[in-house]
Amino acid sequence: MEYFFQQLINGMTLGSIYGLIAIGYTMVFGIIGMVNFAHGDVFMVSAFIALIFFLFLTQVLGFGSLVLALLVVLLLGMALTSLWAWTIERLAYRPLSGSFRLAPLISAIGMSIFLMNLVQVAQGPRNKPVPPMLNDIIVLRDGANYAVTLSYKQILIIVTTTVLLIAFSFLVQRTALGRAQRACEQDRRMASLLGIDVDRTVSLTFVIGAALAAVAGLLYMVHYGVVNFADGFVPGVKAFTAAVLGGIGSLPGAVIGGLLIGLIETFWSAYFSIDYKDVATFCVLAITLIFLPSGLLGRPEVEKV
Amino acid sequence: MATQREREPLLEVEHLMMQFGGLVAINDLSFSARRGDITAIIGPNGAGKTTVFNCITGFYKPSSGRILLSSEGSATPSDIDVLTRSGRRSMAAAAGRIYLLERMPDFEIASQAKVARTFQNIRLFTGMTVLENLIVAQHNTLMRASGWTVLGMFGAGSYYRAEARAVDLARYWLDRIGLLDRADVAAGDLPYGDQRRLEIARAMCTEPVLLCLDEPAAGLNPRESATLNALLKSIQSEHKTSILLIEHDMSVVMEISDHVVVLEYGTKISDGPPSYVRNDPKVVAAYLGVEDDEVALAGVGIAP
Amino acid sequence: MPGAGLDHSSTQSLGIGAAIIDAGKAGLLALGLAVPILALRTETNLENQLILRERWDYVAIAVAVAFFGRLVYLMIPARRAAPKARSLTFNGSGIARAVAIIGLALLIVYPFLMLLLVGKAASLKWIDNFGIQILIYVMLGWGLNIVVGLAGLLDLGYVAFYAVGAYSYALLAANEPIKQFMADMIGPSFWPLWAFWICLPVAGILSAFWGIILGFPVLRLRGDYLAIVTLAFGEIIRMVLINWIDVTNGYAGISGIPRPSFFGIPFNASDSGFSAIFGLEFTPLYRTIFLFYLILGLALLTNWATLRLRRLPVGRAWEALREDEIACRSLGINTTNTKLTAFAIGAGFGGFAGAFFAARQNFISPESFTFMESAIILAIVVLGGMGSQIGVAIAAVAMIGGTEILRELDWLKHVFGASFDPVQYRMLIFGLAMVLVMIWRPRGLISTRYPSIYLKERKSVSGDLVKEGHG
Repeated sequence: MEYFFQQLINGMTLGSIYGLIAIGYTMVFGIIGMVNFAHGDVFMVSAFIALIFFLFLTQVLGFGSLVLALLVVLLLGMALTSLWAWTIERLAYRPLSGSFRLAPLISAIGMSIFLMNLVQVAQGPRNKPVPPMLNDIIVLRDGANYAVTLSYKQILIIVTTTVLLIAFSFLVQRTALGRAQRACEQDRRMASLLGIDVDRTVSLTFVIGAALAAVAGLLYMVHYGVVNFADGFVPGVKAFTAAVLGGIGSLPGAVIGGLLIGLIETFWSAYFSIDYKDVATFCVLAITLIFLPSGLLGRPEVEKV
Repeated sequence: MATQREREPLLEVEHLMMQFGGLVAINDLSFSARRGDITAIIGPNGAGKTTVFNCITGFYKPSSGRILLSSEGSATPSDIDVLTRSGRRSMAAAAGRIYLLERMPDFEIASQAKVARTFQNIRLFTGMTVLENLIVAQHNTLMRASGWTVLGMFGAGSYYRAEARAVDLARYWLDRIGLLDRADVAAGDLPYGDQRRLEIARAMCTEPVLLCLDEPAAGLNPRESATLNALLKSIQSEHKTSILLIEHDMSVVMEISDHVVVLEYGTKISDGPPSYVRNDPKVVAAYLGVEDDEVALAGVGIAP
Repeated sequence: MPGAGLDHSSTQSLGIGAAIIDAGKAGLLALGLAVPILALRTETNLENQLILRERWDYVAIAVAVAFFGRLVYLMIPARRAAPKARSLTFNGSGIARAVAIIGLALLIVYPFLMLLLVGKAASLKWIDNFGIQILIYVMLGWGLNIVVGLAGLLDLGYVAFYAVGAYSYALLAANEPIKQFMADMIGPSFWPLWAFWICLPVAGILSAFWGIILGFPVLRLRGDYLAIVTLAFGEIIRMVLINWIDVTNGYAGISGIPRPSFFGIPFNASDSGFSAIFGLEFTPLYRTIFLFYLILGLALLTNWATLRLRRLPVGRAWEALREDEIACRSLGINTTNTKLTAFAIGAGFGGFAGAFFAARQNFISPESFTFMESAIILAIVVLGGMGSQIGVAIAAVAMIGGTEILRELDWLKHVFGASFDPVQYRMLIFGLAMVLVMIWRPRGLISTRYPSIYLKERKSVSGDLVKEGHG
């Protein structure tokens, strides 16, 4: 039982990270109907940005306070990752809007390959171990031979995710930007006829998605303690799975999907086989798409004849 | 005039019901289309006409009801009963094969029951040529001739002969719709009116017993509309194809159809020959509620 | 990212001053993007701790490239004129045919041309790394073209079938019990010599079979969803190859895979070897040349089959399916079967290529079948122009040959210093090229389509009318 609770906590932690990335997929898909294949790599770039700034602050500038350093890294990371996403949208996707449907997907795959190799060339192919931090733990329940623990890391991840999601849902539901975004999702042409700057809204969607991915990138670095240039692909596909599982286009769906994927992966590793944990996730993806293509919270698509 | 055999029902829709979630699009609809007739389904926008078509051609599975097609002769009630109970899709009755369309997937309705259709928003293969569109329509015949691809890969002569026959049929229909000299042009390059006629020709290349046309005159100018009337009339008289059509243009409906079914909100409100339907007070009332169609009806002399 | 993008419309009538300001913005953007990633390199020191090394020169280069790139872009007025008319139209099939014939002739003489030009020792590399490598991708591109280009089904997991073919061949040909059985039945020399010729078709058939198994559940999905599920299947197969160590030997891979023989004559130095029988001096070059012609033959077989299928009802149904699935169903076409045949035939050719790959490498491991391979093959198909056989071949030559040539650019070390390794930039440039080609030509290099049948005159169909399929 203790073991189960421990896995539940671990799964929620991992799921929070996936959920944050999944929002980027789901928002972009909702607004321009495209799988932003490079989003996983934007996330990877953000993890590197976080790593570099963290090292810079602690080593070069000699920040004493870890919390302050992480906060600064978070803000800088969000800003710079957003800049990346904004640039990518401008250069690689916007010229293709309204053209051949496969073109943006291919462009996104190209961008994904580019980002991955850019980081490999610029930062080297090896794993980058991060100095250990936030390793203190709280013992929640001391069982006979197994203790359920909650580490500071996990608290940080879950709290940050929750706070950001609340702020983010406020942004989407209550602000003019959120309204514009939802309008573009329904009907881009009509939205532009009603005076909404569609291009700007699409840009902002990418920026918001990237900012959340940047948070995920920092948390990922803290959680795993290591980053690598190839780390964008698998978490990216898993986050996409989360978005699909939750119902693509649905924001709460993305978060729920993220948590579910995190839990499935953790429990699969804990109770079955760690080797096949990615296979489990990919199978969930395939099964969801085949039997429940609109996901848990998505709207079913009716075939128009 | 039509013989007795031709006046038997070809398609019998009985108690058809189609629901989308809580919305009832078609409510307990029954009508029949007789062999050799041109049957028109009319009704205000949103009456469920296209939904009826989609149920007949298998694109929607009806919530309940029966759609019976007797391709050659009229089936006896006992035949129908046997088939309905058997759970099968079709059976050979004494008077020819009968089909329960609501049990069949869309492509089998086209390939086996021989029901062809066109679409409200034209669905041609725009990137393929006019000729290719008509050859694709003969897919199943050619597939058999090519030995399900195996013989065709080895260049069997029988396939080339079958292909030549398919081209002849296509040529015949291109001649009928006046597009013979545009055979090698991409279908998407044709003007709108030609595309409408091409879609009908493509459906006819499947050699159907029932041709379902979803607003064939929509967007046509008066001259094109008249050509269309002539084409449909000649299909009726020269081929063993009965026609079921949805149309808003009352001049087309009143001029060519033998039988009219009027729908409103998914329910049948009138059913009979054009002369009867146009004077039915329920039809007039239904149309007066809808401004667009009021004009159309007024144009053919329906007084309130 | 050099050449920052500010709206084309905002630069309609730009003076030099405004252009410099605009380029300055691009430079600033490049600075923002480059700062953490390029300026500070993370390195591990002797205590296994990460430290930062500053490299502001890289940032300066990036900013300069962005600034001047943008400036040049803005100063060339032709670039902004007429963004329309993007499709390369070969009027009449004459030019396309000429390109095909010249290309084929070049391919046939290519090994000997290389022998003449660079001599025996150096030509090995040119025939193997360029010739064979490119032809494998041409074949894979043509195989995938059936699925993506003709049937319009977006498959991001094509590499799975390549892997199935390679592993089928490797596991069958290097299988001890089979070898033993054949030795007992026919003789010890039979299996090593003929394994390739027997297992090649088997590998293709097994791949096609897997195409059907994987295709069946996914074919009702549309568009991007189909792409993602096929990607998932590709990854699942790769992970099974990694983890099912008893059979596949995991990451370590399978080695000692029998190589193809010259129809029963081995390429070795023995008396019954190819060189001895044909009275030639022994060199490994003959095997490489033979492999070159073998893959050329396999690729041409793929091409021949595709061209033939296009003229058969099944091929026309594929194209019709790409144009409009609902219309297909209304004409009585069983779309599920039609999609499955496309999937299976495409997979089968992938399997042939995989078997060839295993036989040529002599060794395979899951490393060769990553998602990146699928992406490269798909990129070749889309960049070439979906459905166009010539376009796919040109794209394969350009993309694979182009990145392979980077391996040859050692002289760049004299320019950029000894630590500069152009091979590192191979995939970086590949990714960038994918993006740029898509922006330049969203429909690929050759987007016109030739009808499969005609009454009087074979007219090409403009790519703008050809649909890209929904799945």
